Amino acid sequence: MTDTGIGASVKRVEDARFLTGRGSYTDDLEQPNQTYAYILRSPHAHAAITKLDVSAAKAAPGVVAVFTGEDMQVGSIPCGWQVNSKDGEPMKEPEHPPLAKGKVRYVGDQIAVVIAESLAEAKAAAEAIEVDYDIQPAVVDMNKALAGGTLVHDDAPNNLCYDWEIGDAAEVDAAFANAHHISKIDIVNNRVVPNAMEPRAAVGAYDKASGEYTLYTTSQNPHVIRLLMGAFVLQIPEHKLRVVAPDVGGGFGSKIYHYAEEAIVTWAAPKVGRPVKWTAERTESFLTDAHGRDHITHAELALDENGKFLGLKVDTIANMGGYLSTFAPCVPTYLYATLLAGVYTTPLIHANVRAVFTNTTPVDAYRGAGRPEAAYLLERLVDRAAREMGIAQDEIRKRNFIPSDAFPYQTPVALQYDSGDYMATLEKAQGMADVAGFPARKAASEAKGKLRGLGYSTYVEACGIAPSAVVGSLGARAGLFESANVRVNPTGSVTVFTGSHSHGQGHETTFAQLVSDTLGLPLDQIEISHGDTNKVAFGMGTYGSRSLAVGGEALMKAMNKVIDKSKKIAAHVLEAAEADIEFKDGKFTVSGTDKEMAFGEVALTAYVPHNFPHETLEPGLEEQAFYDPMNFTYPGGCHIVEVEIDPDTGVTTIEKVSACDDVGRVINPMIVAGQTHGGLAQGIGQAMLEGCVYDDDGQLITGSYMDYTMPRADDLPSFDTDTAVTLCAHNSLGVKGVGETGAIGSPPAVINAIVDALSGLGVTDMTMPATPEKVWQAIQDAKMPMAAE
Amino acid sequence: MPTVSMTVNGQAVTGDIEARTLLVEYLRENLRLTGTHVGCDTSQCGACVVHVDGKSVKACTMLAAQAEGSDVLTIEGLADGDDLHPMQEAFRNNHGLQCGFCTPGMVMSAVDLLNHNKNPSEGEIREWLEGNICRCTGYHNIVKSIQEAATKM
Ligand code: FES
Ligand code: FES
Repeated sequence: MTDTGIGASVKRVEDARFLTGRGSYTDDLEQPNQTYAYILRSPHAHAAITKLDVSAAKAAPGVVAVFTGEDMQVGSIPCGWQVNSKDGEPMKEPEHPPLAKGKVRYVGDQIAVVIAESLAEAKAAAEAIEVDYDIQPAVVDMNKALAGGTLVHDDAPNNLCYDWEIGDAAEVDAAFANAHHISKIDIVNNRVVPNAMEPRAAVGAYDKASGEYTLYTTSQNPHVIRLLMGAFVLQIPEHKLRVVAPDVGGGFGSKIYHYAEEAIVTWAAPKVGRPVKWTAERTESFLTDAHGRDHITHAELALDENGKFLGLKVDTIANMGGYLSTFAPCVPTYLYATLLAGVYTTPLIHANVRAVFTNTTPVDAYRGAGRPEAAYLLERLVDRAAREMGIAQDEIRKRNFIPSDAFPYQTPVALQYDSGDYMATLEKAQGMADVAGFPARKAASEAKGKLRGLGYSTYVEACGIAPSAVVGSLGARAGLFESANVRVNPTGSVTVFTGSHSHGQGHETTFAQLVSDTLGLPLDQIEISHGDTNKVAFGMGTYGSRSLAVGGEALMKAMNKVIDKSKKIAAHVLEAAEADIEFKDGKFTVSGTDKEMAFGEVALTAYVPHNFPHETLEPGLEEQAFYDPMNFTYPGGCHIVEVEIDPDTGVTTIEKVSACDDVGRVINPMIVAGQTHGGLAQGIGQAMLEGCVYDDDGQLITGSYMDYTMPRADDLPSFDTDTAVTLCAHNSLGVKGVGETGAIGSPPAVINAIVDALSGLGVTDMTMPATPEKVWQAIQDAKMPMAAE
Repeated sequence: MPTVSMTVNGQAVTGDIEARTLLVEYLRENLRLTGTHVGCDTSQCGACVVHVDGKSVKACTMLAAQAEGSDVLTIEGLADGDDLHPMQEAFRNNHGLQCGFCTPGMVMSAVDLLNHNKNPSEGEIREWLEGNICRCTGYHNIVKSIQEAATKM
């Protein structure tokens, strides 16, 4: 291992600009002569617009233009995934106009855009827009939505988007008939607001001379936005549409999707003949960034007398919100139900999922997307089954783990896991958590009147999204490959153009490490370029922990092509057979001789091809590769959380978080640990602090940092994280992915720990977020029957 | 339009502004110092923290006019030429940043903490950072960064 290669904790290349205030985020960009857009949004969750008069706004000072849905006659914002109901009917896919046409379906829905010389003038003018609403009852509760009555979309009866299933219900019922014990659970996976710290922003520009549109946007995947917006909404051909996602301040899924504002500013730019800039206020982020999670589930687990799992039945309702966001339909189906085997050998599984429209913000993938919901459900249910059957938490898991010699392992819910060792991550995490010392710590807590609990979560996820053939057969309307272009410059430095997009992950460092390791170059000779459709050939972007496992593999493939071509050049110059050329440590040598050529010399020769045989050797040294993975990758691991609870106040303190994850080969341990920390904070946030609340009228009660509890530094402890690696079996690097593990593994470990702490009082359930008030109430409720005795 | 004059990163600046202009708007839009960020509209996130007369301040919570005559330091002015400030260096060494959006505010806030308290405990650091939200790092490495900087400053 070199100190800049694979496995080294290389300090990040990108940090220098971020630490000195020289990052370049979308709102930092200033276009000559730019105008400012303010979007008038619906204050009502469900209403018909009976009057919309913008004439006073148009006449207001500084106003350049005002547009409504009537003006903006463009295509519908498309959905990227089609799920079919179990009866074969395609999902309901209602029209989604960028500016509302006659009806608004959630608080925050776009009604009109005011474009002015300054933001203050745009905002002031928006107040002069006259709107009359015919307010209709809001559909907020998912169960009520399915009962029909008020419809969010007239073409979706009972507000049902789809009713989907996986597995054979009859076979699972038969397994339940023979069960020794059945454990049941009702789970609410709370809705959360992603809250990347950089609010979304978009700047549209149009160059009349070239006819080219440019959109600068806070996106995790600029090519996907170009495709969705260009081909479906605005009908702008790719070669006339450039999408740039510069530095992006966090995404967590919320910046995958194509949002209305991107289309609005791009469409408006030629209309006003000037660039149009829009930046969300945080309130708008709360109202309009796609939310995450929001499932209601009933599940049952059948066990034999030894605690072996015989079958699992799951019935889930998933909230889609007011419209279908880009990935929304696949989250509660192909990213959720397919993970319900978890790390266990459960032979029979049936899951039914109903997706439902409500008058709330659209819901889509948020860090983990579907997989946290599956892990939370399973790990809560396994915890409960262990308690009911009197089996230790680690023991019930060990009895049901897929053994390490059983890979590749075909689950009953479509996926084939390629590698893993769940016992190894469990045992290592137990060591980190000092599980053996827990009884003494519990006794010490009790001596001071506190309660103490230990919670486990052993999880697996599917990431490295995704094999195109597989996702295509499951309804994806796109492929999920990645591209990389390796340009060797004449003096031997390398520029990589990757379709992956970094918005905190540190690709400029890890991808450079791959190059340094493979081509033997120092980091200052390597540039990683991403985020601009005019530079990068194509890209599906970054989400689903796919950058390294898919984008990194594309880069490896392109570098191998560079090495192959370089060997041809070296063979020609060194007058040797190509088969005799070896490449090692940045040098091409003729095996068995002392003849050699440095990488830089080969590069220079490629661009100064004075005596190249033109029939067999092209000048230049630049290679493009597309990589489509053979399978998903399957990171997994064990998280153990220890909590202490003050029974008088319900305040729960996280005493220790021990996370041992198998993320495949680690390229940069420092970055892997950082990704895990961030995921843990989000998972613990969901479990203890964060909850998105709507009232019955569809008003978002938790619409700012005053009401929505973000995890802050003093809510969290330092974390103990480590890895126990098995290599991915189907990619050359052996990498699996780490972006989502923390957010998937931690929520059930937290809640299981709280239930464990309260179990002595007879408490068996706790819902997320486990606020002090809820914990205190659970303690009071548990005391009540005793008081009555 | 009122005129404001102040010193920003050691340079005297003067500008005509609307009275309602916030300090953060003046820095970002008038002076084009875009290292100071805006992450919220309720004075909660701390992405906008700068120093005014040596104290950390949320620049979204102060009018530019209120900084009249003040000495303002933003993230762009923290390093000594090409030499990073020890706090910036410590954030880099300890992977105290990911997307970088909260970072300028975190760094400015952390510098102010160490100006007051040379050797803060982990608890004191976490409590001090209550007004700075980071969604990426889980704070673990930010705390480590500040602890390391405390040994160097
Ligand atoms: S911008 Fe959030 S506190 Fe100032
Ligand atoms: S580094 Fe992204 S918000 Fe802190």
